[in-house]
Amino acid sequence: MTRITVTVDGQKNVDDVEPRTLLVHYLRETLGKVGTVVGCDTSNCGACTVHLDGRSVKSCNVLAVQADGHEVTTIEGIAANGELHPMQQAFHECHALQCGYCTPGMIMQAIDLLNDNPNPSEAEIRAGLEGNLCRCTGYHNIVKAVAQVAGQKGGE
Amino acid sequence: MTAVDERPAEIGNRRLRKEDQRLITGRTKWTDNITLPGMVHLAMVRSPFAHATITSIDTEEAKSAANVVAVYTAADFPDGIGACANAWPITPDQVTPDHLPLVGERVACAGEIVAVVVARSAAAARDAAELVDVEYDELPAVFDALEAMKDEILAHPDKGTNKSAFWKLDSAEAGTGGDVEEALAAARNDGVVIERNYRQQRLIPAFMEPRSTVVDPTGEQITMWSATQIPHILRFLIAATTGIPESKVRVIAPDVGGGFGGKLQTTPEEFITLAVARRLGKPAKYTETRSESLVSAHHGRDQYQKLTLSATKDGVVTGLKVELIANLGAYVAIIGGGVPVLGAWMFNSIYKFPAYQFNCQTVLTNTTWVDAYRGAGRPEATFGIERIMDDLAAELGMDPLELRERNWITHEEFPFTSVAGMTYDSGNYEAATARAKVLFGYDALRAEQKQRRESGDPVQLGIGVSTFTEMCGLAPSRVLGSLSYGAGGWESAAIRMLPTGKVEVITGTSPHGQGHETAWSQIVADRLGVPFEDVEVLHGDTQIAYKGLDTYGSRSLVVGGEAVVRAADKVIEKAKAFAAHLLEANPDDLEFKAGRYEVKGTEAGIGITEVALATFASHNYPEGIEPGIDADATFDPDDFSFPHGTHLCAVEVDTETGQSRIRTYACVDDIGHIINPLIVEGQVHGGLVQGIAQALWEEAVFDENGTLVTGSFVDYTLPTAADTISFLTENTTSPSTTNTLGTKGVGEAGTIASTPAVVNAILDAVRHLGVQDVVMPCTPERVWKAIQGASAAAETTAEAQPHFDADAGNADTGSTGEGNDQ
Ligand code: FES
Ligand code: FES
Repeated sequence: MTRITVTVDGQKNVDDVEPRTLLVHYLRETLGKVGTVVGCDTSNCGACTVHLDGRSVKSCNVLAVQADGHEVTTIEGIAANGELHPMQQAFHECHALQCGYCTPGMIMQAIDLLNDNPNPSEAEIRAGLEGNLCRCTGYHNIVKAVAQVAGQKGGE
Repeated sequence: MTAVDERPAEIGNRRLRKEDQRLITGRTKWTDNITLPGMVHLAMVRSPFAHATITSIDTEEAKSAANVVAVYTAADFPDGIGACANAWPITPDQVTPDHLPLVGERVACAGEIVAVVVARSAAAARDAAELVDVEYDELPAVFDALEAMKDEILAHPDKGTNKSAFWKLDSAEAGTGGDVEEALAAARNDGVVIERNYRQQRLIPAFMEPRSTVVDPTGEQITMWSATQIPHILRFLIAATTGIPESKVRVIAPDVGGGFGGKLQTTPEEFITLAVARRLGKPAKYTETRSESLVSAHHGRDQYQKLTLSATKDGVVTGLKVELIANLGAYVAIIGGGVPVLGAWMFNSIYKFPAYQFNCQTVLTNTTWVDAYRGAGRPEATFGIERIMDDLAAELGMDPLELRERNWITHEEFPFTSVAGMTYDSGNYEAATARAKVLFGYDALRAEQKQRRESGDPVQLGIGVSTFTEMCGLAPSRVLGSLSYGAGGWESAAIRMLPTGKVEVITGTSPHGQGHETAWSQIVADRLGVPFEDVEVLHGDTQIAYKGLDTYGSRSLVVGGEAVVRAADKVIEKAKAFAAHLLEANPDDLEFKAGRYEVKGTEAGIGITEVALATFASHNYPEGIEPGIDADATFDPDDFSFPHGTHLCAVEVDTETGQSRIRTYACVDDIGHIINPLIVEGQVHGGLVQGIAQALWEEAVFDENGTLVTGSFVDYTLPTAADTISFLTENTTSPSTTNTLGTKGVGEAGTIASTPAVVNAILDAVRHLGVQDVVMPCTPERVWKAIQGASAAAETTAEAQPHFDADAGNADTGSTGEGNDQ
């Protein structure tokens, strides 16, 4: 067991974890942060995407011990003071989700994408989401939602 | 009533979804999120072999591993633990091997479960599963349907044959049309006969949420949460196959992350989790890994199709004969045998064939079992007919749309009884096609195509056409009964008028991404005249929605939505007696409008929610009437509904590399009246990408040992955002006549239509080079090889290919496919 200190969605946690524990399992099983989900076992689907110190990572591809001393933000931590994050709002408005299983990861990745490139073209949005699979939406409305947030920011 | 009081109609409104709030904030209730006190976790030990006798299982080492609670094999359950049932024997003598959840003697496909390890954590269970030592004696195995047809190697030796059932529909015998052999003979003499073999490769539904089951045996009822499309059917089949009284079982489908048919099975894993929880008296959870999901959740499609079509020289179709060989996998899954048979009513599609024959042979192999995947039988049929119509157009040198127009049912001819005996309720193929052509820019793209062809551009442009119809809304119970289907097709709904003015709608459908909570709220808000926000839709829990037949086959709105309408109408009728009493008026003088009963010609009136409150108190109500206005309804349609659409796809094919790129995709679907256009668009987009993925990327491939090569998301290549494009979608409206809302299903339309549109486009780009077929998925390698092969064999191309000749360019042996690297 290794002792780790990880701040998740603003809450500081101190836990003993097995060194092999994946961050996603630490989040879900130890902390009950079940908003972040698992969709595959090969790091292909992106359903588990969270932010580690503000950058998106696939939390099935990071060990919990690697998050020691770092800050993790999940889908549960991005709405502030009862206000949805603009990306959450855009996903809602553009009908960018159906079953919603890919959605937590997709939103976290989309936020990261715009942090990197605030004014992406459609092709750049599509390339930036390549690591996140969605089986329901055909991506059409997801791309639209991301473009909508980019447009709002651009217009500010 | 003044205009100020009028609430804008909810039906037709682009309402944002109610479901979204929890899904975008991570407050979703997935089965795998559930944790209960003392809960144990399961890991399955699965056979790596496709066909083998189990000679011994040693569980000792696993049992003594850290935190392991128990290890069970079939021997630990001498009375069995239930069975995975086949609910649709397509013939009385169908060969249907027993399908047990936990196998003790012989495995018939890779991935079958031979032992289960129970531990305090999922990780401990998985670790210990590696310690279970199973000895197998390998048996000869058969994977490909054509191989299986030979009956040389048997998937189930005790059955004596791989042939499960043969099913036929003949229009001359049924009295719905002429004799197809006569039509073919006549055309051979003076007309055109096109004979083709097409391959529908095997696909994997690949819903994003892996399947998960939690069983809580504490309390009087056993509760099972499961990532399923069919909580009601699951509950029934648990009771029917385990002997547990149905009243002691509660099944809940909480939030379910996609299904596409893939979760309409009762699974071995569900039965095993139930058995373990009961044996230990503790809550138990099993969640599959993606790799387990890909090999052990059912697969879809996998057909060999032979089509023979006859026409006059000026392009009027005269006959169609269909011969299918469908691979069922190792077992006849819940509706596995029936899925290809659904094509019987769909190969003739929108065309006026005077003679028709459909033959379907299902076969067993040592592969993962095959069942419904989005479209279920109709995509396969639509692919076949739309491909051969394009081939006929090419043969005759006609524009493919012109050929279709010459043969389709015109809008004046509805209702139309097809040569397969189905009555199409409504449609307007002319209108949808005209609109699609404009949206797509058909003429300009044809001009560009011509120009590229003339200039010998290495990048050729192809235009693919798919004008489809489908039967949706499973379905009229009597029709299903006549086909020996094991259940009915009705749907149930109930409406509870709460005293605080809120309305609970209970539906027997079980959504997993379709947005029923939003759409049903819109329907009820309009009907009862209550605010959209005040309607709550409850579903997916057999203790709340005690009756239902769940969600599949684009049935939910057309059957389940209509049941909601009927329940609402009963509430209005019941509340009327109360309203009349409270208003001291004659019920006949009351008018119900926008949520209020008004006494005609006066100002007096009362709202339906006020009546609900009055019945809650029931201090004052009429004699001889029960004090309540809640109501339920069961709706069983008289017939299916038949949505249709015209899909047009432009693909650029690089003839030097075989690489294809979709440039434009436009579709106009006619799905009758639309409740929520936003949801409809989403359904179409998602459906399109699944259908396009079949054309271009996806294929389940087994190696020569029966191991699933595409056993993870590394190899089973779902499309990403970067692979796809944005679509042009619109609708025309021919209201359905089989339900009062006038709606038709839309969940499967995109998938059904898009696959042939894409493949037709690729062929249209390279047909002038002599290419007649590219087997799906149309990878660059396959397209390139087809171009090379065509130019080499240009002189010797036969007119018609022999049936299922393995050497033919358009037949694929399937089991050893080339993989689907893009
Ligand atoms: S769970 Fe699929 S990438 Fe992490
Ligand atoms: S919304 Fe279902 S997987 Fe994306």
